[in-house]
Amino acid sequence: MSALAAILRRDLRLAWRSPGDSATVVLFFVLTVVLFPFGVGPAAEILARIATGVIWVMALLASLLSLDRLFREDSEDGSLDLLALSPAPLELLVLGKVLAHWLITGVPLIVASPLLALLMQLPAEAYPTLLLALLLGTPTLSLIGAIGAGLTLGARRGGVLIALLVLPLYIPVLIFGVAAVDAAASGLAVRPHLLLLGGLLALFLPVSPVATAAALRQALE
Amino acid sequence: MDASTARLSARSLTCDRGERRVFAQVDLEVRPGGVLAVVGPNGAGKSSLLRLLAGLLPPAGGVIAWNGQAVADEPEVHRARLHYIGHLDALKPTLTPAEMLAFHAALRGQQIAASAIATALETFGLARFADLPARFLSQGQRRRAALARLIASPAPLWLLDEPTLALDADSVARLAAVLARHREAGGVAVIATHGGLELGAHETLTLGAGR
Repeated sequence: MSALAAILRRDLRLAWRSPGDSATVVLFFVLTVVLFPFGVGPAAEILARIATGVIWVMALLASLLSLDRLFREDSEDGSLDLLALSPAPLELLVLGKVLAHWLITGVPLIVASPLLALLMQLPAEAYPTLLLALLLGTPTLSLIGAIGAGLTLGARRGGVLIALLVLPLYIPVLIFGVAAVDAAASGLAVRPHLLLLGGLLALFLPVSPVATAAALRQALE
Repeated sequence: MDASTARLSARSLTCDRGERRVFAQVDLEVRPGGVLAVVGPNGAGKSSLLRLLAGLLPPAGGVIAWNGQAVADEPEVHRARLHYIGHLDALKPTLTPAEMLAFHAALRGQQIAASAIATALETFGLARFADLPARFLSQGQRRRAALARLIASPAPLWLLDEPTLALDADSVARLAAVLARHREAGGVAVIATHGGLELGAHETLTLGAGR
């Protein structure tokens, strides 16, 4: 467990010392969503209709943006060798890195989302559900993304490849995330959708570290 | 570390990289306090051999053993007993050598005191640079910061891939002294080298002979 704490602390410290990298992700999220009122016009009813979908799709793409770097730097500077040589299981270290990735990129998205919801005229009663759905959904995005980042580590043009691998897997998170918020906006039950989001998180929490670690071991050979 | 129980051996090691056979049927043995120098032309498989011994590469054939017991049986125990220093220094531009040493020790499951970090950096003449982000270090200083891992957290098996790369004469002498102390304590080392490092009494394994 101390190895997990060590990698988490290191990655957070790295992010803290070069804040530009994580700021890029949240700025991308904010700027792309801000484009929509310009693109489709400021009519409140149209914006409110597409608000949930736009916010979720842009959160997905913003999360994707940061994935390429997840293991690439460690691989290029030799750190990945040392991670693999730790007596602690590589799966545990991957979990630490994913957790750090979520704290660095996922949490800022959640924090920025109410502002964007306001801009997109999302009904006020849907705000708590939007936050809750993002809180359950964004860790799953990081977990799924780690698998893609691990698999494309050895590949040239890894960035494009990650998108092709990961975006289809993001679809369930998108469907249930949007469904939860839309249900809240129209006064329907949100619990089933949130439970499904939680279920996806519970599924990928053990699957992702195992799959990612296997992909990294392959990349080390 | 127990001086009498540090023996590394390998039998009929074979290494494939992709479709290419790098070397085949390599036998080696390093006794407590011993050093094995791995020599050979570029591409002979010196680095691959070290990665095999570290467990980073699976061998295409053969067995690696520690005190006669196959390391594949307990890979995590094997990883805990070795230091691997490859061509890359595994430093981060924004982190300091002291932070990297603490992190790498924690990865190996060891909590080390600030004094141990200071000693390790001092050994390689880096005391003044302990708290300087690595992007300000020269190539040789970065190499020394990587080598300081050997001192910061003890391990009986050292696998060093061209450790003198980018080092000046003074630093090479420091490394030789560190290696001598490691051997006195009964540790073993496998070192890929093109010469330049004073190894003392040692065995030599030549790869790529007859090609």
